[in-house]
Amino acid sequence: MSTGNKIAIKDFNFYYGSLQALQMINLDIRANEIFALLGPARSGKTTFLKSLNRLTDLVYGASHTGTILLDGEDIYDPKISLTQLRRRVGIVFDLPIPLPMSIYENVAYGPKLSNKTQKKYLDEIIEKALRSAFLWDEVKDRLHTSALRLSGGQQQRLCISRILALDPEVLLLDEPCSGLDPISTASIEETLSRLKKEYTIVLVPHNIQQASRVADRVGFLLDGKLVEEGPAFEIFTRPKNKKTEDYISGKFG
Amino acid sequence: MKIERGRYLTQNIAKILIWMAALSTMAVMALIVFQVLWEGLPVLSLSFFLDSPRSMGREGGIFSTIIGTFALTIVAILFATPLGVGTAIFLWEYTREGRISRTIRFGIGCLAGVPSIIFGLFGFVFFVIYLNMGWSILSGGLTMAALILPTIISATEEALKAIPYSFREVSYSLGGTKWQTVTRAVIPSALPGIFTGIILGICRSIEETAVVILTAGSSLLIPTSLFSPVRTMSVHFYILAREGISMEMAYGTGAALILLVLVVNIVANFLLHRYARKKT
Repeated sequence: MSTGNKIAIKDFNFYYGSLQALQMINLDIRANEIFALLGPARSGKTTFLKSLNRLTDLVYGASHTGTILLDGEDIYDPKISLTQLRRRVGIVFDLPIPLPMSIYENVAYGPKLSNKTQKKYLDEIIEKALRSAFLWDEVKDRLHTSALRLSGGQQQRLCISRILALDPEVLLLDEPCSGLDPISTASIEETLSRLKKEYTIVLVPHNIQQASRVADRVGFLLDGKLVEEGPAFEIFTRPKNKKTEDYISGKFG
Repeated sequence: MKIERGRYLTQNIAKILIWMAALSTMAVMALIVFQVLWEGLPVLSLSFFLDSPRSMGREGGIFSTIIGTFALTIVAILFATPLGVGTAIFLWEYTREGRISRTIRFGIGCLAGVPSIIFGLFGFVFFVIYLNMGWSILSGGLTMAALILPTIISATEEALKAIPYSFREVSYSLGGTKWQTVTRAVIPSALPGIFTGIILGICRSIEETAVVILTAGSSLLIPTSLFSPVRTMSVHFYILAREGISMEMAYGTGAALILLVLVVNIVANFLLHRYARKKT
């Protein structure tokens, strides 16, 4: 196990029934970096993210070969606790999905699932989570009102707080800004840059500019294959692969 | 121009027909309610509700039948709700659509189509005779539970279907188990729909006669235990009218029934709105 690698993916193939969604992925994701995964629609980005915390298990007929190691531990090992894995590797979806309950209850949802969390710490956990996602000041006076009344950008930051309340190690973000205006997008990007001090972040950016703004390293996924990966600067200035170059220069995508 | 006029004509005719359909439905309903209330309301008084029937129901009130109605309905709901909601959760959350779930769903559909008198006969043979429970609240309540089960199952299933898959995904992604996901993320949102199913079940048990006559008897005494026979308001109405005991008292009972169903629905609506307001 080489040091600094949070996630190590080896020869990973993923199938929905007979349809292969990911092909021979080999990739290391380092601790405390923002890794951005680029690729056109239907190239397997969401599948890739969801396989990192095994949300793909919910899909009937899904199967895989190869291994994914989290801190050297095989996440597909039948002995590992699935609920624990998902607390360690949190995901934020492309559309904000607040549950129809109060802001407080939304953030408390995760911590309350494990009976270890005590009531008196809950308030602290929730405040910390909301502060980390830079939402606290906007909602501190109405924590017990419905989360559905928040704006789109606030809802997405709520979804990030909801994950942070679990104190995860890895954050998976699937186009977290796709439904948001430029100002909300900027605040989320700022949030991400600060969060990487504590977390490892795997981001599917909603455009190439976003990747160039926040990513440390970038991978390019095409038809389920990882075409190229490397430091963001190199990928954007001198991509080795022709397809990567075409994609980031906007020739297709 | 000509075509335009044709379109407007069609539009207007359609509008008139649709209005007529809605209005005639309303009219029929209003007529029935009006007739029963017109004949029955003058009979209603506090003593009508609080006195027990005397001389077969010719005199006195309907107190024991109100107790009977409540007792039977409560027993039916207590049995049917957990069973029905549980079945719906099993069908929608715990099984993949396949031969088993399709068979169960087909069975439920058939059950919903069985005439209530058949349920009554089943209850009579099985609970009253075979299990030797006699004509009683328990026999009647259990049979009624079977009768309203399909209603509660389908209402619950529809409510579960309406919950976005993403809620479940969110719950799993936060480390929830299946049970936690169902009970914390799904059921609270589905509650209004489930509740509507239960209300339909309650109204069904209040209005049902065939099942009650065959399984709970028609005793006018105030029940003392789950094994006491009872007469519900609907059955009382039926017997008073059918056997020509007293049309006046029959209409009184009918009016009381209509008011009861009205109250149940108003209260249910009120609760639903309050719940919905709290959620959004």
